[in-house]
Amino acid sequence: MESRGSSLHGYGGIMKRYLKTIILFWNTSLAVQLEYQLNFAIELIAMIGTLSGSIFILSLFFTQNNTLGGWSWEAALVVQGIYTLLDGVTNTWLRPNLTEIVNYVREGTLDFVLIKPIDSQFWLSTRTLSPAGIPEITLGLFLIFWALKKSGAIIGLKTLISSSVMLLTGIIILYSLWFLIAATSIWFVKTWNATEVLRAILAAGRFPISAYPTTLRLIFTLLIPITFLTTVPANMFLGREDIHMMLLGISLAIIFFYISRLFWLFAVKHYTSASS
Amino acid sequence: MNNSLIEVHQLSKTYKVADKEPGFKGTVQHFFNRKMQEVPAVKNVNFSINKGEMVGFLGANGAGKTTILKMLCGLIYPTSGYVLVGGHSPQRRQEDFLKKITLVMGQKQQLIWDLPPMDSLQVNAAIYGVQEKEAKKRINDLAEMLEIGEELTRPVRKLSLGQRMKAELLASLIHNPSVLFLDEPTLGLDINAQSRVRSFLAEYNRKTGATVLLTSHYMADITALCPRVLCIHKGELFYDGGLESLTNKLSPKREVTFELKSKSKPEDFLGYGVLQQHSNNVVTLLIPKNELTSMVSKLLTNFDILDLEINDPPIDEVIGKLFNSGSLE
Repeated sequence: MESRGSSLHGYGGIMKRYLKTIILFWNTSLAVQLEYQLNFAIELIAMIGTLSGSIFILSLFFTQNNTLGGWSWEAALVVQGIYTLLDGVTNTWLRPNLTEIVNYVREGTLDFVLIKPIDSQFWLSTRTLSPAGIPEITLGLFLIFWALKKSGAIIGLKTLISSSVMLLTGIIILYSLWFLIAATSIWFVKTWNATEVLRAILAAGRFPISAYPTTLRLIFTLLIPITFLTTVPANMFLGREDIHMMLLGISLAIIFFYISRLFWLFAVKHYTSASS
Repeated sequence: MNNSLIEVHQLSKTYKVADKEPGFKGTVQHFFNRKMQEVPAVKNVNFSINKGEMVGFLGANGAGKTTILKMLCGLIYPTSGYVLVGGHSPQRRQEDFLKKITLVMGQKQQLIWDLPPMDSLQVNAAIYGVQEKEAKKRINDLAEMLEIGEELTRPVRKLSLGQRMKAELLASLIHNPSVLFLDEPTLGLDINAQSRVRSFLAEYNRKTGATVLLTSHYMADITALCPRVLCIHKGELFYDGGLESLTNKLSPKREVTFELKSKSKPEDFLGYGVLQQHSNNVVTLLIPKNELTSMVSKLLTNFDILDLEINDPPIDEVIGKLFNSGSLE
């Protein structure tokens, strides 16, 4: 009993330590970014440009026949909204952290991370938070709910929970894929090209998956699970629940996350540290 | 079994390195057909270090000092052999182990560039699980020892190299580590800053009983701090012992310089020792240590000497010779 109690206390202590650390991580990273206000403003303008561009393209698709892969304009707009939301999450969380891994390896400052009594994957994945994606997240949410309202969908509590779960599933898959690629920089040092390719492929997620040919659909479901990033959560929001796709998505998220974890532990063993 | 804190047994590390020929052809070859070569960085190194010791690593650039240091703190996996630090295998990087050690690197910094050191200190305190009150106390104590104060609330980028190094030391010591690995901690610092870092390390060792392992290019660091040295050449350990006995072994002679009242000829000093320098009235001889007293008294009786000085040959020169040859012979 005693040992159990103390181990529970130990877990609580660790949780507290990680929580405190993450708060300080984000505090300091925001403080650093406040030094660059102009950069922030330019990013905001660029983001509005991209967003209106993609809505324009989407509207072109529907001028001929009013559906895209069997999706109405409003329903496809939900997909677009989710894509925007994920892009915001990417810009706020994933990109600032995961592209930085290359620098840690190249400059050898990964030494300081590995020597700390804290999980190195946790450090590398949560070190910074950039406000640059917050407008996108807001706009994405607005688009989702506006399109849902236009399409006449009813959002109950059950829908909200299942769609949130699938959104989270999508984010975990995206994170794991990206982290996996970033981890290879331990050997190849520069992997910026690879992450750009990943970003380009993920851009395919801005349209409903059924708009693509069958082979691509298969690839996007199982190999690079883009389906689970946007289309599946959109289906959830639109009340077209599919328990099989839900379970498949959640399993894939767990598998991908686990692989990224194993791969990172493997990669660290091969770290040679930049010479000094 | 014994009270050694660090135990290194048959430690080896081999790197795979791709060489590139110069020019365009070499670049093309390097891209398509990379020739990997195995380069042994550390070969069968054995040593053990007791708690509280201050030990210096000596060796030329690329001798393998940093590689050994990084294997000791668990950053690099050994190719063969093993390391134990306080009973831990460093490469497993257990939290218990990591909380006991620290690594300071002269050419890399962990402080956040755009923020004052205090922010980085708080982050480190949280990572190591040091309570705020305790952290404050430690920061105050260390800041006093390091003679650093208001610099802690000024952005790192505005600090001088010396101030930055002090802040780096503070950030690395906030969790009260008992084993310090220091890789060129005085690199690029001016003489004053160097000696302040040195006296800080000596004081830290005295106060906390921490074990300190240090590499440095500056012999002054080693002579001031480390009674024991490990000499490494091309990945191999060829000397492990006292610094003094090393210099005695390397230069069993003393430099005797004296000024004469009248002019002399070089031939006059045959049989006294090896003539190093002879100009006008000043003469320098190298005399074996065991004959030193008899020869000096002989010189004093046979010549009219105004001034006499006995020195060790400069340690930098001695060590430089050692790096080139890689052996004590």
